[in-house]
Amino acid sequence: MTQEMTIDARGLACPIPVIRVKKALESIPQGRVVVLVDEQVAVENVTRLAAYMRCSHQCAACEGGFRIILGKPGSGREGP
Amino acid sequence: MATQGQCDLLQLTEHCGCGAKLPAADLHEILSGLPASRDPRLLVGPATFDDAAVYRLRDDCLLVQTVDFFPPVASDPEAFGRIAAANALSDIYAMGGRPVTALALMCLPSKQVPLDAARAIVHGATEKLAEAGALLVGGHTLEDPQLKFGLSVTGLVEPGHILSNAGARPGDMLVLTKPLGTGLTVTAAKAGLAPASLVEEANRWMSALNRAAAEAAVQSGAHAATDITGFGLLGHSWQMAKASGVRMRFHAGQVPLLESALEFASMGLVPAGAYANRLFLDGRVRICEKVPLALQDVLFDPQTSGGLLICLPAESVEKFRQAASGQRECRCAVVGQVEEGDAEPRLLVEM
Repeated sequence: MTQEMTIDARGLACPIPVIRVKKALESIPQGRVVVLVDEQVAVENVTRLAAYMRCSHQCAACEGGFRIILGKPGSGREGP
Repeated sequence: MATQGQCDLLQLTEHCGCGAKLPAADLHEILSGLPASRDPRLLVGPATFDDAAVYRLRDDCLLVQTVDFFPPVASDPEAFGRIAAANALSDIYAMGGRPVTALALMCLPSKQVPLDAARAIVHGATEKLAEAGALLVGGHTLEDPQLKFGLSVTGLVEPGHILSNAGARPGDMLVLTKPLGTGLTVTAAKAGLAPASLVEEANRWMSALNRAAAEAAVQSGAHAATDITGFGLLGHSWQMAKASGVRMRFHAGQVPLLESALEFASMGLVPAGAYANRLFLDGRVRICEKVPLALQDVLFDPQTSGGLLICLPAESVEKFRQAASGQRECRCAVVGQVEEGDAEPRLLVEM
């Protein structure tokens, strides 16, 4: 089943945003995780994690920082 | 009051070890316009971004001075003390000197960090100083919201043995003496994602003295050396290339790495300092696109108590290897060479 979660990691220094996003992605079989961060370092690190976990990622600037949308494919479709 | 058992030092800090250094660009701004000393007794000063200053007391007696302190880089207080001491001593070794005395600097949040943990930090440092043959002769402590510890070390160097940043010559080989990836491993440890065995291995490398590497460098006629710390392999190499008026070519695939450093980089456990280092070197380094992003991250990773980067004449590499062989503190590899060229990009990185 597809799930959606939002993680607000603004104001948190790395590696905390990465830890939270990793836990969120591991907790769902497939779906979307929206991440809010306010530092370029967090954008870079969350993007690396997304590639590592074979998730899609899109990042856009938003008020107060950046919004990253991660997509976790279900097993068997569009996976590695 | 907290007890030592509850006190994980790594969780008390945002920036770990040498990763807490101010970005190189900020340091350059702070130091710009500083009047240069014309005292002929100052042989090595701030102008060459060197590891330590060298001052001539007498013709046969040169003084080497350095200071280095930082927030925790290990969970265990004694390990933190050992690493902080090895890191501070390294600046003396990187100049070709031998340490003699040290003064301790400690900033202590005494409500969070119990006094027995503070004592363990000093104990760890004293152990390393004894190994180096140097004495702890005093220090200074402050109450502070952020725990920090380190040493100011004074040493001696023989005339003719100074390994400055400014001596690299075209044709020299670049030898690195410890594996890279301590910043990444410490970040992974802080995130709870590094197995204990890898943290132990990183701690062992960070605690290792650069004495054997420096002695081998002096014996084999090295032209220049620096120790790799917060600005990462490429940041410190750039400082040496600039001070020497040369270009350096690296072979990224030859660089020794800590186990799992690449995986930690791929997972996004890259410390903020690595991004600051990359930003500072924008336009100053050209990296071949064949070098994977994770390996690039390791080359920018801020090291704590990293190895020496030594510039050796090509014909001396074998002599150096023999002198350094069998030393547990060294894992030596030729990682590149020095070339002619006094313009940016000074650093070229190939696979």
